[in-house]
Amino acid sequence: MHIPYTIHARPDTGLFNAKLGVWLFLASEVMLFGALFSSYVLLRIGAPSWPHGFEILNIPLATLNTVVLITSSITMVMAWASLKIHDFARYKRYIGATVGLGFVFLIIKAFEYGAKFSAGIYPSESTFLAIYFTLTGLHGLHVVGGMIVNGYFWGPGSRMWHTEPERFTNRIEVAGLYWHFVDLVWIFLFPVLYLL
Amino acid sequence: MSLKAFHIVFISLSVLTLLGFTAWLALTEAVESGVVRVLGALLSLLSGVGLIFYGRRFVRKFKHFSYL
Repeated sequence: MHIPYTIHARPDTGLFNAKLGVWLFLASEVMLFGALFSSYVLLRIGAPSWPHGFEILNIPLATLNTVVLITSSITMVMAWASLKIHDFARYKRYIGATVGLGFVFLIIKAFEYGAKFSAGIYPSESTFLAIYFTLTGLHGLHVVGGMIVNGYFWGPGSRMWHTEPERFTNRIEVAGLYWHFVDLVWIFLFPVLYLL
Repeated sequence: MSLKAFHIVFISLSVLTLLGFTAWLALTEAVESGVVRVLGALLSLLSGVGLIFYGRRFVRKFKHFSYL
């Protein structure tokens, strides 16, 4: 059975199927993180006192993670651009680097969490810590999800390039949109949780 | 919106974050060490300015890619 609009855009929407699908999915993700951000704001406004993130959390590690994720978004878009110019070897290097940077982010996050737990700082300690661990933990799970998808397209999934290059390029664009969304969430989390 | 357009939005917001972080480091009392503050602010500022140049180069290099 032939499925239409997997490669070329549908004339009325200007989008191919997967791009429309990922934007609908990202809309639901905006609602998920939006609800948690709103909870954070309401809890903070309603609290008689609220700790500053920089008093409890590790700013240098969070800054390093911000740089890591920004760099990974650049390697991700370069992976897609490499396919657009038909350079598969370069694509492999860039998508591999994206997966690697995601791994670096998780290792740094594990160090941060480990330091907190060994100091006896747990989510049950305060409302701030509860929402900090919820937001960063959920974000971390999204990074893991993105790494699984990108890892698949780095390895076995990349075989599609040799049979359906345009469709594979579209898949990488869709994976890139998700990865950028995950990075964007961190760009909001960093100042809100760590600096304010 | 294509990955190209989303990337430009993302880089713009990253620049704002890095420049905001520079201002935060310059004004805050939270970081006690002066050396750490100055070094952090300098690195953040350089990264922010570097991203502006990267963004401009990206737009020029991939101008034939669609925004939709």
